Amino acid sequence: MLLSRKEIDSLMKLIGLTQDVELNCEQCLYLIAEFAERELAGKTLPAGLQAVEQHLSVCAECREEYEALQQALRELSA
Amino acid sequence: MDTLNRNNEIWLSHLGGAGSDQQAALADLRAELLRGLHRAFWSWKGVDDDFLEDAVQDALLRILDHLGQFAGRSRFLTWATAIAIRVAMSELRRRRWQDVSLDEVIADADFSPLWTAAKDAEPTAGWERQTMLATLRDIIHQQLSQKQRTALLAELKGMPQEEIARHLGSNRNAVYKLTHDARKRLKQALEAAGYQAADIHVAFAE
Repeated sequence: MLLSRKEIDSLMKLIGLTQDVELNCEQCLYLIAEFAERELAGKTLPAGLQAVEQHLSVCAECREEYEALQQALRELSA
Repeated sequence: MDTLNRNNEIWLSHLGGAGSDQQAALADLRAELLRGLHRAFWSWKGVDDDFLEDAVQDALLRILDHLGQFAGRSRFLTWATAIAIRVAMSELRRRRWQDVSLDEVIADADFSPLWTAAKDAEPTAGWERQTMLATLRDIIHQQLSQKQRTALLAELKGMPQEEIARHLGSNRNAVYKLTHDARKRLKQALEAAGYQAADIHVAFAE
């Protein structure tokens, strides 16, 4: 099984972004709403929510869900 | 009561209560979640009204089970929509990957070709990048468990954590911990070998 150049780059990027303490996906889920509203409003993130940003940088699935949430919020706020 | 006139306290009070207030709140929440999910998934293959209706019904059960976890730091509807999206996404991922085996995804679960692949893909790659990859390959083989290698490989190949978990008889959070521990181990070992995060970023920046 060969890793592609893109997969190798992804692995190295993930390693570079890794923190000793990270939120897991469940913890991220229960903070993502506040994170999304603050991002949408252009507000700065308090320290507690920077962990959400870090989790989104290393978790493709939570990132995909967050992008869908942003779409939904645009509809709900319309 | 109009959905827009419910504040967080009223949502919690009505949903956590009983009778006509609860029924009205559930009906309004269902309608709002459907509207949000329609927008989020309108272009997704395999998503139709029946799928969204089922996802919202499942989400409503989960939301009611977890009302106590809503801390009031966002609008209730935003919080509930995030949960509904997770429910819908999980089902879509399950459908997409249900016929794919973990073995198929990771083949022989071997990181050995990592060095060769990088070299072949980019013959003129810098010496620093090549030696970093060679070091990483050794660390992967010497310091990660078989389970960590398997989960990391599957993740790199695009398999969702929920699906990796299903094959390993685990759950998404446990798989996240498994790969997080693996990433920490690799980062620490690379740092011990003289490569800091900044070096990695420079060598592998897109």
